[in-house]
Amino acid sequence: MKASAKKPDVDLSIEFAGIRSPNPFWLASAPPTDKAYNVERAFEAGWGGVVWKTLGEDPAAVNVSSRYSAHFGKNREVLGFNNIELITDRSLEINLREITEVKKRWPDRALIVSLMVPCVEESWKAILPRVEATGADGIELNLGCPHGMPERGMGAAVGQNPDLIEQVTRWCKQYYSKPVIVKLTPNITDIRVAAQAALRGGADAVSLINTINSITSIDLDNMVAKPTVGNQSTHGGYCGAAVKPIAMNMVAEIARDPETQGLPICGIGGISNWRDAAEFAALGAGAVQVCTAAMLHGFRIVEEMQDGLARWMAEKGYRSLAEFSGKAVTNTTDWKYLDMNFQTIAHIDQDTCIQCGRCYIACEDTSHQSIAKLIDAAGARRYEVIEEECVGCNLCQITCPVEDCISMVPQPSEKPYMSWNEDPRNPFRESA
Amino acid sequence: MTHPLNHLPRTGDGTRDGTTALEANFSDLHPPLTQRQAFIESQRCLYCYDAPCVEACPSDIDIPRFIREIAEDNINGAAQTILEENILGGSCARVCPTEILCEQSCVRNHDAECQPVLIGLLQRHAVDHMHFDGHPFVRAADTGKHIAIVGAGPAGLSCAHRLATFGHRVTVFEAEAKPGGLNEYGIAKYKLVDDYAQKEVDFLLEIGGIEIRHGQRLGDNLDLETLQREYDSVFLGLGLGASRQLGLTGEHATGLMPATDYIKELRQSEDIGDLALAKRCVVIGAGNTAIDMAVQMARLGADAVTLVYRRGVESMAATGHEQEIAKANGVRIVTWAQPERILLDDAERVAGMRFARTESQDGALAATGETLDIPADAVFTAIGQAFDENSLSDVRAGQLGQEAGKIEVDGNFRTRLAGVYAGGDCIAAGQDLTVQAVQHGKLVAQAIHNEIMAQQEVA
Repeated sequence: MKASAKKPDVDLSIEFAGIRSPNPFWLASAPPTDKAYNVERAFEAGWGGVVWKTLGEDPAAVNVSSRYSAHFGKNREVLGFNNIELITDRSLEINLREITEVKKRWPDRALIVSLMVPCVEESWKAILPRVEATGADGIELNLGCPHGMPERGMGAAVGQNPDLIEQVTRWCKQYYSKPVIVKLTPNITDIRVAAQAALRGGADAVSLINTINSITSIDLDNMVAKPTVGNQSTHGGYCGAAVKPIAMNMVAEIARDPETQGLPICGIGGISNWRDAAEFAALGAGAVQVCTAAMLHGFRIVEEMQDGLARWMAEKGYRSLAEFSGKAVTNTTDWKYLDMNFQTIAHIDQDTCIQCGRCYIACEDTSHQSIAKLIDAAGARRYEVIEEECVGCNLCQITCPVEDCISMVPQPSEKPYMSWNEDPRNPFRESA
Repeated sequence: MTHPLNHLPRTGDGTRDGTTALEANFSDLHPPLTQRQAFIESQRCLYCYDAPCVEACPSDIDIPRFIREIAEDNINGAAQTILEENILGGSCARVCPTEILCEQSCVRNHDAECQPVLIGLLQRHAVDHMHFDGHPFVRAADTGKHIAIVGAGPAGLSCAHRLATFGHRVTVFEAEAKPGGLNEYGIAKYKLVDDYAQKEVDFLLEIGGIEIRHGQRLGDNLDLETLQREYDSVFLGLGLGASRQLGLTGEHATGLMPATDYIKELRQSEDIGDLALAKRCVVIGAGNTAIDMAVQMARLGADAVTLVYRRGVESMAATGHEQEIAKANGVRIVTWAQPERILLDDAERVAGMRFARTESQDGALAATGETLDIPADAVFTAIGQAFDENSLSDVRAGQLGQEAGKIEVDGNFRTRLAGVYAGGDCIAAGQDLTVQAVQHGKLVAQAIHNEIMAQQEVA
């Protein structure tokens, strides 16, 4: 029996595009949300909401055996995860019945139904009333599945075509009364175009990113990619920690696009802990979805996610997610608006330096030869930044194995802010 | 001469089970890493540039590189990286005092971590798991040159292998019945198990062009002048064959024995249950050999093993790690006591040692006037090895210069005699480490090769 601990006084509950949830952590549409058993375990663990694994028309999809593969880090930590699973392989009727029952038992949680049916009005018109009847809080359009389903004209095949995104969204708004979230595929060139199309179709929100086309590794003995099905493989959808930077950029692009400004964004992509969630929120996400981290560690991770986020918020004085959501968006700009007069320089803290030489060789071989390797009289090595040569690129800080040993120190400057547009070195400068 | 410890009981109880139990005490001191452990440990290496561990390694092994190769599942690459600088990398991984060499300088020793990468065990892992199709080094076309090496210890073997790669023929003259030198005869049994020294020599000889002749002792049935005349070059890797003596009355009494002699018997014994057991024994000395002796006697079943050193713990040559091993094996370490008298019983056998208590007076050792008697069935001396003068008794060998009781050489390991080189423990430089000897042998081979090839060009 645990002692009753003092908890941070913050409110993690959200209202996202009209959908209420006790916390911003939702499970993404994927194997963990495939059926009532898993979803109820997730709710018991504390997840604020789930997006039920994508429903389709009967007959249900059939999956192959061997479905996942991973991009491993040095110590078998999973950096990225890849799957070739299709949408639900259970009948529509069973899924709808379970959704109804679960929603009834867990009325305070957000329950969203992911959908993918052929790109014809009749199909959407037929399925939407049945989904509405479950009492679920909203739907999410799976316009992003990059493997298998696009070969049948669904998933990413729709999400890569802005006209189809708009059209399908419009049908959904027409035949369904609750919030419609459009899930976007990253397998395109400009995510803003897809978000704009969803907005034109009447979307209440977008969620992104879906998985990225990927091949994680090759079995070099048998010359076949993984996951291996017999002696073949196919590309899958990539997710997990490695995709977080890609997802965050896409979230930011939509958040700062004037055309989609204010459109609620549900952040998805490699979110593994409270900090990831806070970062997505800072870029404008009003809720987040998690999958890979839960698949690797189980549903319990949500306990640390809630606790960590709440403590950080309390420390910063944020009482709700809304108070910091989008706060980093205004600081995210185009390259041409960056301050050309800003200068930062690396500083090595000699007290914590362990003399591994990594910063030295990285700078010497591949950057600006700005670190000097010195040997003192006693033979001890010492690395020092040659300040006049340092361009402030951060490489030394990145390669340093000791946290906070190398810091980047902004240099005092008399010069005012100057964008590239104003910079006399810019041959294409727009004259004032 | 009768055996100095024949009067003592045997280590075993005469049963097979008793012997098996003893053998268990002499299994690997540091068990090898499992595949998984090696992989995890290899990830801890920061792949330093100009790595301090490499600077600390007497044999120049590119340590970050071989560890990275382990991490990248390239075990043969790792082994080759080690062996191309140190052909005895397998035994060095086991016997090197890594705690004062590579591992001491590992940047992961800094305050925030205090835990170096286990370089020695990783090196062992790489060499133990290499799986080459044939020998991993190539022998150049035969040069027609023939080099004589005296001593098949680490220095001689290392030199022989490197010379063979250059295409020279090598004949190694070895006094003992087996090659390997101290790896075979002098290292504690639990540091080199499973006949490793011989396996390593077999591997080394796969290069070809190396012949080892046993029972050949310089100053006995071998003379330097003949070697000089019959071979293109000569390398003396003699080691330090003599044990220093206490210089006390009774030095040859029954019950007193140099530790190296006992260790040699232990290493060569076919039945570990049939060794002399000194239930109470005193080991005099402060180096790793003293520790090896004390620990091994403790593991053979001694009740009271006392290691005595005339100065303080901080001056002991044995590393802190070795001292810990001694303590863990119940060895009592007595410091500030120097041998004064060998105590004998009525039968003139060792009954103990009397020590004079010492202290430091302005850095100099001084007797306090107090004495300490430690009863013992045997006393083992481990106060250092000395150069065996007999080996340089012939006229030509007498012309070799000496300094500090060792053979004098220049920066290229050349002695005063033309074409005669020396290295390993028998020369003054270095720390009498296996890895140092291997390095000397390698450098001598290069020096000999350079000289021979230069002469050839002139001719």
